[in-house]
Amino acid sequence: MALFYLITIGKVVVVFTVFMVIVAYLSFIERRMVARFQTRIGPNRVGPAGLLQIVADAIKLITKEEVFPADANHTLFLLAPLLSLIPALLIMAVIPFGDKLTLFGKSVDLIISDLNVGILFVFAVTSLGIYGVVMAGWSSNSKYSLLGALRSSAQMISYEVSYGLSIMGVLMMAGTFNLMEIVRSQASFFEWFIFKQPIGFLIFSVCGIAETNRAPFDLPEAESELVAGYHTEYSSMKFGMFFMAEYAHMLNVSAIVTTLFLGGWQGPLLPPVVWFLIKVSIFLIAYIWLRATLPRFRYDQLMNFGWKFLLPLSLLNIFVTGLFMYL
Amino acid sequence: MTLAIFLALATVSVISAILVISQKNSVISALYLVVTLASQAVLYFLLGATFIGVLQIIVYAGAIMVLFLFVIMLLNLKRDEFGPDKKKGQRVLAFLLTLFLAIEILAALKIGLSGGQAVTGVSAKLSIGSPVEVARSLFIDYLYPFEIVSILLLVAILGVIVLVKKRF
Repeated sequence: MALFYLITIGKVVVVFTVFMVIVAYLSFIERRMVARFQTRIGPNRVGPAGLLQIVADAIKLITKEEVFPADANHTLFLLAPLLSLIPALLIMAVIPFGDKLTLFGKSVDLIISDLNVGILFVFAVTSLGIYGVVMAGWSSNSKYSLLGALRSSAQMISYEVSYGLSIMGVLMMAGTFNLMEIVRSQASFFEWFIFKQPIGFLIFSVCGIAETNRAPFDLPEAESELVAGYHTEYSSMKFGMFFMAEYAHMLNVSAIVTTLFLGGWQGPLLPPVVWFLIKVSIFLIAYIWLRATLPRFRYDQLMNFGWKFLLPLSLLNIFVTGLFMYL
Repeated sequence: MTLAIFLALATVSVISAILVISQKNSVISALYLVVTLASQAVLYFLLGATFIGVLQIIVYAGAIMVLFLFVIMLLNLKRDEFGPDKKKGQRVLAFLLTLFLAIEILAALKIGLSGGQAVTGVSAKLSIGSPVEVARSLFIDYLYPFEIVSILLLVAILGVIVLVKKRF
């Protein structure tokens, strides 16, 4: 029993460290990539090739003055950044990043918690992330923040429906909620669910981007209309936590797409963990690429697209999948 | 270990449930309700019913309460609009109903403590709480009532649309 606790703590420490390093460097990679897309150079002064830029940013954020808006609800104002960051960190607990590993004659599952309802846990925790946004907007006592929070929650509620329905096809074909089992059912290349469920993959990716409030669905923080959206009034590390939450969510969506549709850690020659990281980074780069390429949606376009196009399409996808499985 | 977690979460659940009804501010009240629902979900986890616990979070804490909060924020209720409702005889009625509920809870506790058969039928099956078991009872054993309920809900949704939308 003591060994089990020790192994679990070890896994948590390793996964958390790697996760936070990727989250930190993701913002740097994004700045460099977007700069290239716009024929600029991007941050390259701090350290070799600008690699220490992230340390400079962290020092800057931590040493900034903390501002509390007048008449803000202090408790909720402090709680909101925590409530958006912690759910984003929790999701990594159920993502499988490798097969069984044998260390000193003891087999270790490369997943922190092998829940039999893993994918549902992901959705439960994702849906709790909205509270951080709503509380931030409401407790700031600012019109921009409140409008940003309202937009954000409306968007997240709308897209969560198609988000959940888009994976039903995968779950029906895999016949399980367990993420490890879903990865195992995609053993060879053409068994990947991206080929069996192409529409499900597209809907899931689009909804994932909308759920993380990223371009082209970044209406909650449309600078020209709302200053910065729900975190307008936040400064110092409290803002930093919202920032980290956004990047952590990007990483989560990429990890879930990899697990559900791209065969997870499966792949030839290289070790499973490396394959997992390669697939996740490909999706992350596509994410940043989209941001640099597409302009922002208008609000009515966003709602029409979500409710009148994605929702019927995902229902149709479930119906067709069921029909094929019955035949 | 399990008992410690249970006691802590049960306390949190009860205290936040009391705070839901004692708060003047409706947004804060709704947030306390989220705490109650989430801590109940963890109680389901403790019972080994992970599926039901996760569904509790997805449906209640994640979907319904977000909609509640959204509507409260959209309407932007003022503090005084939520003062005590002054209807005649409400206090007397509330007292009587609370008394009735208390007697009911005590009776249920008494049956439970004396080892009576309180859990039978559906709930005994659901106590395993795995997705397969839940699906079997919903789609095979109780398919007919399940479909009836879904039609009932559909009618309710249509009714709401008809009531709210004045012009078609």
